Amino acid sequence: MSTSSLPSPAAAQAAAQAAAEDQRKMHVVVVGHVDHGKSTFVGRLLNDTDSLPNGKIEQVRKNCAAEGMEFEYAFLLDALIEEQEQNITIDTTRIFFRTTQRAYAIIDAPGHKEFLKNMVTGAASASAALLLIDAKEGVMDQSRRHAFLLSLLGVKQLVVLVNKMDLVQHSQETYDKIRTEYTAFLKSLGLHAVHFIPIAAKHGENIVNRSTKMAWWTGPTVTEALDGFAHEDDLTGLPLRLPVSDIYRFDHRRIIAGRVEAGAVRPGDELIFQPGGRRSTVRTFEDWPGPESRAVVGTGGSASVTLSEQIFVERGQVASHPSNQPRVGREFRARIFWLGKEPLVPKKTYKLRLLTQNVDAVIARIEKITDASTLESIQADSVPRDSICEVVVRTTHPVAFDLHHECAVTGRFALEEAGRIHGGGIILDAHKEQSAREGKVTAAERGARSGHAPAVLWFTGLSGSGKSTIAELVERRLFDAGRQVFRVDGDDLRTALNRDLGFSAVDRAESVRRASAVAGLFANAGHISLVTLIAPLAADRAKARAALSNHAFIEVFVDAPLDVCEQRDVKGLYAKARRGEIAEFTGISSPYEAPESPEVHIRTDKLTTDQAVDLVLDALDKVLRSKAEDWEV
Amino acid sequence: MSRNAQNDHLTRLEQTSIHVFREAFANFRSVCMPWSMGKDSNVLIWLARKAFCGKIPFPLLHIDTTYEFPEMYEFREKAKAIHGIDLIVRINEDAIRRGIGYATHDPVTVTHELKTVPFKAAIDEFKWDALVTGIRRDEDPTRAKERWFSPRSAEGNWDYKDQPPEFWGQFASVAPEGGHVRVQPLLEWTELDIWEYIRRENIPNPTLYFARNGKRFRSLGCHPITHPVDSPASNIDEVIEELKLTKVSERAGRAQDHVGRNSMQELRAKGFM
Repeated sequence: MSTSSLPSPAAAQAAAQAAAEDQRKMHVVVVGHVDHGKSTFVGRLLNDTDSLPNGKIEQVRKNCAAEGMEFEYAFLLDALIEEQEQNITIDTTRIFFRTTQRAYAIIDAPGHKEFLKNMVTGAASASAALLLIDAKEGVMDQSRRHAFLLSLLGVKQLVVLVNKMDLVQHSQETYDKIRTEYTAFLKSLGLHAVHFIPIAAKHGENIVNRSTKMAWWTGPTVTEALDGFAHEDDLTGLPLRLPVSDIYRFDHRRIIAGRVEAGAVRPGDELIFQPGGRRSTVRTFEDWPGPESRAVVGTGGSASVTLSEQIFVERGQVASHPSNQPRVGREFRARIFWLGKEPLVPKKTYKLRLLTQNVDAVIARIEKITDASTLESIQADSVPRDSICEVVVRTTHPVAFDLHHECAVTGRFALEEAGRIHGGGIILDAHKEQSAREGKVTAAERGARSGHAPAVLWFTGLSGSGKSTIAELVERRLFDAGRQVFRVDGDDLRTALNRDLGFSAVDRAESVRRASAVAGLFANAGHISLVTLIAPLAADRAKARAALSNHAFIEVFVDAPLDVCEQRDVKGLYAKARRGEIAEFTGISSPYEAPESPEVHIRTDKLTTDQAVDLVLDALDKVLRSKAEDWEV
Repeated sequence: MSRNAQNDHLTRLEQTSIHVFREAFANFRSVCMPWSMGKDSNVLIWLARKAFCGKIPFPLLHIDTTYEFPEMYEFREKAKAIHGIDLIVRINEDAIRRGIGYATHDPVTVTHELKTVPFKAAIDEFKWDALVTGIRRDEDPTRAKERWFSPRSAEGNWDYKDQPPEFWGQFASVAPEGGHVRVQPLLEWTELDIWEYIRRENIPNPTLYFARNGKRFRSLGCHPITHPVDSPASNIDEVIEELKLTKVSERAGRAQDHVGRNSMQELRAKGFM
């Protein structure tokens, strides 16, 4: 059993002061060429900032003595992450320490195999980086490669540590040479190191304590430089970017949930949701445990918003102020890092995830491939693991985005295949493909233009069951969301195309056939067509389904009890039928064969209209998502 | 420092956790949150209510080893009412009939039988594809390597040698075939953060964490293997002051971690949290 000892008053005072300074933990990634002293540096940093658990250093010294090895600070780090004991392949991990100013987490992403993956996972969440260069060896491959990755990941605050100064007699000349050479290299990447600090990690020189052997160095120590870093993640000054993560309807409220990725949002703000372009005004923030509502939600804050109008909003859309919107498009140029075991290949469909947007995408063209370790160009048709490339990306649906240099959070994305992230990229510029095309227009081209696969939604049910009401609302929601959609209504058909048909079994069969043909034409044109027709006989509906088998087909059974339909009798038809004025009226004098396994079954007596519409849209969404079409053009 | 400032440390942790909760709920078909009734677990409940505007839209699971402190059972009923929790309780009755217990078996065996086995059985029963856990990177070296969304195979195994990359707020969004994803909203929090947040938000917690007769619990588990530490900290302010200065590990009082050098690793590879 352990006993915690009580602190001394002086230590307590220092700690209280530190806590008051800056509570926000800063994430720092440590990189550099193998054997340039990363582990020794981190071990020494932990030791010199008094951040090690009780007894850790004594324990490691003892272990070293027992095994006849000289103690090294690098072992401390190993012991801390228990690498030696457990033989776990090193992955990104976190090590915590504290200066007198604030708390830090070192993101340690060592390892040689899988380096890029670990580096990406670690460095993507870092605000700043420390890059070590061995004074004796000088700038090496990985010194360059790591800086390249930092620039790709958007880590801009960088301090270079020229390590092992003790091995070059603390020579200012050696230091200056490295500084000049590496500064030029960084400049070529658009990077700038805030400081180059000469250190000797092994001896703790210029880490926390100033070295007595480098009087020529008047710049900061490592901890002083760290404390000078700013948290770079406050993007409140940028235009609002609020991606929708979900719509909550747990009670009477309809809450748009999301995180403010940039800018700020206030009640009363007009918002536009892209893609789609619908607008509404923020009515309230529904914070728990209220009741007082925040006056503003800034960057990084979660927002729970109710809107003044009930517009169609879905996960993935990005809310912004109308005066400063993201771009919306289906094509852009990007720089991608690829981590997948299989190479990244053109014309194959991947999932592109940008904030909460998740759409199918293909690499339309590879412009340049760079080996991440040598930085040399590779000539290839596909992008191998651990390389960087510049490509044209084309998505099936419109995507809301910014260029990376305009707004980093909306200017970067991940690529996923089979549920696993294999790569990421930053958007360099919006791209318009100009190449002329020849030959007849294909279904894939039409699909690429509408941004979705075509589909047929076939609404069947008794007269007065609510087919048209629901279909009209579904059409409205799809139209507002930017989908190509058209409704083929049975009643409308009867006034023109089906004017010659009555209500006999033969005529009804013909009416269903014609409706399916019309729906098929619209689907061929790339539309989602919505058919509303009583179509009482299962056999006729089965024929329609077969005729439309090359499209996604969703049968929606709008199921209302006969007495309910008869009570509604919007068109007065039931009354006429009961009086015998209409012969063969479905439900009264003619049978209705209910579908046995419709894709969507709506019990209109149990569901609200809104719920029914949601059910249909959910089913359609699933089908469209599952249609992993080859959108290659 | 203003409490409502957008940028204060606790608020940032809170907002990130809320984002993780919301992404999990949007991505997975069926979510469950195991609940130990300990401080981290109770912070999770609070964060879930914030994420979902007051209501927790998924069930909580308590794996009852039958060795909880009596106070914890009282706390369970109280918290259930306060938060409106939809609670599932599971006990490995079979192991208890077979006489598995701390009087006769070692802690690793008992933990496996009374926690991991019924936990896996509940996952099989309810087919959850996402489980929200309260683990933190600062607790234990093996947990430092964790991801926000961490896939587990059908056998519950953690493939720590080949974890998915995770960056820019994009997580592993699909559970492995027959398996699930562990969702870990508290990954970046430290023990001190947890207590400062509990104080700021006034989150209900068991009083076992506060010293009586010079001893308090820093971490709560089964009573036969959970030992109090010497401490005069009898209220939340004193606990926080103590933690700011201590260099003793939080789980020092949890015997199952310390049976062998690799016991935590063994437990976790078998599906322990």
